[in-house]
Amino acid sequence: MNTPEPFAGEVVHSPVRHHILSVLVENKSGVLARIAGLFARRGFNIYSLAVAPSERHARFSRITIVVDAESAPLEQMMGQLDKLVNVVDIWDIAPKDAVERELLLATIATDVSNRTSLLDILGRAGASIIDVDPGAVTVMLAGTPASCDEFERALEDYSSVELHRTGRLAVPRLGQELTNPERGPR
Amino acid sequence: MQLTGAQALIKSLEQQGVDTVFGLPGGAILPVYDPLLDSSIRHILVRHEQGAGHMAEGYALATGRPGVAMVTSGPGSTNIVTPIANAHMDSTPLVVVTGQVATSSLGLDAFQECDITGITMGVTKHNFLVRTAHDIPRAVAAAFHLATTGRPGPVLIDLPKDVAQSTMEWWYPAGPDEYDLPGYHPLIDLDEADVERAVALMAAAERPVLYVGGGTLKSRATAELRAFAERTRIPVVTTLMARGAFPHSHELNLGMPGMHGLYAAVTAMQRSDLLITLGARFDDRVTGRTAAFAPGARVIHVDIDRAELGKIRQADVAIQGDVGTVLRAFEAAGAMPARLDTWWSEIRSWQAAYPLTYEDEPTEGPLRPQHVIESLAANAPEGTIVASGVGQHQMWTAQFWPFEEPNSWINSGGAGTMGFGVPAAIGAKVGRPDRTVWCIDGDGCFQMTAQELVTARSEGIPVKVAILNNSHLGMVRQWQEMFYDERYSEVYLSPDLPDYVQWAEAMGCVGLRATTPKEMSDVIDEANAINDVPVVIDFRVDATEKVFPMVPAGASNDDILVHPSQRKETR
Repeated sequence: MNTPEPFAGEVVHSPVRHHILSVLVENKSGVLARIAGLFARRGFNIYSLAVAPSERHARFSRITIVVDAESAPLEQMMGQLDKLVNVVDIWDIAPKDAVERELLLATIATDVSNRTSLLDILGRAGASIIDVDPGAVTVMLAGTPASCDEFERALEDYSSVELHRTGRLAVPRLGQELTNPERGPR
Repeated sequence: MQLTGAQALIKSLEQQGVDTVFGLPGGAILPVYDPLLDSSIRHILVRHEQGAGHMAEGYALATGRPGVAMVTSGPGSTNIVTPIANAHMDSTPLVVVTGQVATSSLGLDAFQECDITGITMGVTKHNFLVRTAHDIPRAVAAAFHLATTGRPGPVLIDLPKDVAQSTMEWWYPAGPDEYDLPGYHPLIDLDEADVERAVALMAAAERPVLYVGGGTLKSRATAELRAFAERTRIPVVTTLMARGAFPHSHELNLGMPGMHGLYAAVTAMQRSDLLITLGARFDDRVTGRTAAFAPGARVIHVDIDRAELGKIRQADVAIQGDVGTVLRAFEAAGAMPARLDTWWSEIRSWQAAYPLTYEDEPTEGPLRPQHVIESLAANAPEGTIVASGVGQHQMWTAQFWPFEEPNSWINSGGAGTMGFGVPAAIGAKVGRPDRTVWCIDGDGCFQMTAQELVTARSEGIPVKVAILNNSHLGMVRQWQEMFYDERYSEVYLSPDLPDYVQWAEAMGCVGLRATTPKEMSDVIDEANAINDVPVVIDFRVDATEKVFPMVPAGASNDDILVHPSQRKETR
């Protein structure tokens, strides 16, 4: 039987001073490399990054980047990003003005002894079971980054957990003004 | 009209008004070299792709028009990365076309395949991999648009061989709306409130300085600058990249600031209460230790690139905009500082106490490099263009050559690319055949790219090259003397290996040599009389001569070291 590695530290996914950049980009090859390269080159730290086609999905994709605003001034990050020709629009969303959600998937080894307690945790977190076999379950939680952190901590007691998180997506709270609403495709 | 992709590329370059392409053919770019035979475009066949890139830069800097280079895939493309990076640092408009392996071979490690768009992502303003012949006109038009608008820079077009060979129905985009650049908006509306705040700062200033950078030249705003400076009488410093943006001989000109800047220019910035920053970027070679730079100064920062505002130094008023447009707005608003008499009398006292200086050489030589530069300048016709490599000779040229007009000084500023001088001078001469072009080079730099003089001779480009031969990598030697206890490590090059005169003759140039002041004036006259072939002069200069003033790396600009002969009375 495999002995799982003991959990070696604290789960800290939320940076001290994070900021969310919601970046609309042209859906062209190499765009992600341009953005990743820029951040690496200039020493801007990325906490998470999510990419998917946007509402204008034929031409544009949206990249949601959670940045460490301590690693460089936000203005500098946005100014440099804006210079990338394939970047169409940047929305800077402060955490207090954002509705943030993240998806967590975890596969947990189960047996008779731990099934009940696991169900209890899932119930409290609002997570659901999306796949089952005799030795394991895969569960899903869609929630705030903090609730995902909390759920992740609750799963620490289980010996074999394989965990995936998407990184957060964010939209401005309704009624909030965007920082740079004037830019965009013309 | 059906054209091949190769024909479409050449026709697109013609549409853009390109008259010259610097390049070297190879396998993947071969199809494009065929229609070139039928084109009005002049092709300059270089001896190394790096030469093509620097020539295109020299052409762009001398003419203000984008330079164009064309090379093959793989090593052809990697050889031109240095010029691309150099142009990126100095915001020089460049369009570089690279051949690429066929699209079916991309990603399969084919012969001479290289991910040049990946490699140059960080050193281009933008790059394209063109996947269909139909897209070629748009890529070319967009490349020129990107290279020349906003903050200029290099743009690379990677063209797979099969795309060049396939056919397309000819079309050409009518304007930027058809370039498919939804994220690129170079036109900026000036915020009047920013202008008013800047004008208010100027009205309160008692020790203002116009800190003029290369962006002022890129914006072609030298007439506006001169009008503004003359009306307000604000002192002007021009950075290494901006030499020539304001006339050297002008009474308001303090010269170059920075690590090897003039004492008065450096000190005026240090004591200033308002830096009016025009297309400059607070480079470490200008500021010295950033935290100690111009501690009492408020800052107005004008730049077309938003990311430069606040990057190094927080501005009190940051204005994103074109320097010329902003200067016209300052004029319209009647920006005017208080009386500057006291400020000017302080500045005049610094100028009087610490002018640029050097000691006379012995009559038997070796020569003082500064004396060589002054003699070349004194005998050069008006409008002479000067290119240089990187190092001591570059700094002396920036200090001692009296640049009176824009686009007359061609050097590698941000990147500091040794070997830039010879090919850049050739490119400048191609762009401005009416002008005398001198390359003032070091012996170390010359050895890096001298083979392009073969290009110059065979293409009939009569540049003049002055090698300040101190038989050393002089700037490194200077640092080792001053900061490494005179422990000279790997800086000796020998004065006569190679024999520069013989080397020049072997390349079809006239080779001359001068060791004494008498020989110096003779060979300068001789070189000036030759206008059909390139001339190379080997000036034997004193290896111990150092560039002063100097602010040691990492030191405050307050700790500027003046020439040894000026030190007693100061400290």
